[in-house]
Amino acid sequence: MLKLKNVQAFYGNIQALKDISMDVKEGEIITLIGANGAGKSTTLMTICGIVPIRSGEILFEGQTINKMPPNKIVALGINQVPEGRHIFPYLTVMENLDMGTFLRNDKDGIKKDLDYIFTLFPRLAERRNQAGGTLSGGEQQMLAISRAIMTRPRLLLLDEPSLGLAPIITHQIFDIIKKINKDNKTTIFLVEQNANLALNVADRGYVMENGLITMTDTGKNLLANEDVKKAYLGI
Amino acid sequence: MDFEYFTQLFFGGLTRGSIYALIALGYTMVYGIIELINFAHGEIYMIGAFTGLIISTVLTMMGMPAIAVMVLAGMAAIIYSCAYGYTMEKIAYKPLRNAPRLSVLISAIGMSLFLQNYVLLAQTSDFLPFPSLVPEFEFWEPYSHILTSPELMILSTTVVVMILLTILIKFTKIGKAMRATSQDKMMAALLGINVDQVISATFVVGSATAAIGGVLIASHIGQINFYMGFIAGIKAFVAAVLGGIGSIPGAVLGALVLGWTESFFTGYISSDYEDVFAFIFLVVILIFRPSGILGRSQIQKV
Repeated sequence: MLKLKNVQAFYGNIQALKDISMDVKEGEIITLIGANGAGKSTTLMTICGIVPIRSGEILFEGQTINKMPPNKIVALGINQVPEGRHIFPYLTVMENLDMGTFLRNDKDGIKKDLDYIFTLFPRLAERRNQAGGTLSGGEQQMLAISRAIMTRPRLLLLDEPSLGLAPIITHQIFDIIKKINKDNKTTIFLVEQNANLALNVADRGYVMENGLITMTDTGKNLLANEDVKKAYLGI
Repeated sequence: MDFEYFTQLFFGGLTRGSIYALIALGYTMVYGIIELINFAHGEIYMIGAFTGLIISTVLTMMGMPAIAVMVLAGMAAIIYSCAYGYTMEKIAYKPLRNAPRLSVLISAIGMSLFLQNYVLLAQTSDFLPFPSLVPEFEFWEPYSHILTSPELMILSTTVVVMILLTILIKFTKIGKAMRATSQDKMMAALLGINVDQVISATFVVGSATAAIGGVLIASHIGQINFYMGFIAGIKAFVAAVLGGIGSIPGAVLGALVLGWTESFFTGYISSDYEDVFAFIFLVVILIFRPSGILGRSQIQKV
């Protein structure tokens, strides 16, 4: 579904991605783990067209997307929940969700998706008229994921969804991620620092170090791998 | 104290404030979305007035009734000003989207000087008489000693423009996209919003309200010249800052407060220091409320 071929990208003057090749298949959950500053977020931003690619190629369903502006890439069905959630602080919860439907015109579908979200997160329904900036961290993460669902993505990129959340909320969020993957056949590309959690839900994982992919295997095998255990699981 | 004099000053200030509000909206909307003080905005207002003059002269010569002339000249002014606003953004600001803010500001000042001199060369440096486009409404006769028909026209047009603008910003897709873009540009792009288009739309809307202000005030005062945008622009900028730059209701409130301040101080104290009062007031407000009357205080959350 999504293919990265020898992608290189710079963040200012620093080469954040040195040579990245990845392959995401339809319907799976894959995860990209690595230390701070390894280039995980840059990888997602490059896929979305926010960080320009220096060389290499990104293909989505066989189509080259690395020359497209971000809004065209979203229109193809790729959506990202960026790190830090990026809720519009002065828009209400409802308006935030509305922004997710910016490119859609199917009224019935939008209504159905909204009902789906409110059954996933009854909390958001209660707070629909509250300004996004006044929500708690966990609620903001729920809103960010919901807003992404409203774009009806076929590929959902999630950047550090557990960041700054209490463990119980994190588990809730991860259950929802699995549910979205199962209910809607949405392909999930998960970037996480919490490697243990991420590898447990993922079908496959990639390990990233200093702008390079150093390892790739199934989630289970990576969890059992000695190097991964030492470096990322703290065992 | 003479009550009638007071009401005259009150409505005089309200009229003046409405015009400032129409121009201040453009400043505050553009600032809200790209954090730029668009110094060339006063020139858009001036171009609106000039377009209004040219079209209304032609139409009056063709023998059209005053009210039709006003509507058509106003529409032409809006179209022209919007075209200028759109083009200005594309050539002077868009290439500098990722440049330091100071560069864009210099570009804005350059654009302002360029447009002034362009109109100076293309038209004239003299004051040009502007025909009074608003007829004396007969039904308004009994009240015209407090509020003249042209003033009534300015007030009611401003109210209509404000209502339309509120609907646009609050409820339409493009309006919501404008608010979202002003709050978080990257996230807006990640949701499929074409940020460049939204910025262009903001310039177009701001230019349209400035053009309406330009035609109304020119018709009210009766003369225009190429320099009129400068002082009006500065005043509207003051109004926008006073109300809290980036806030639309703030711009309107700031403009009204400024209009009243000028009107009452000149009416009761002296007309020699009209502009001084406005700026003294600005300084006082900013000492106590640095982010303006309705401005959001800048809390950086990481």
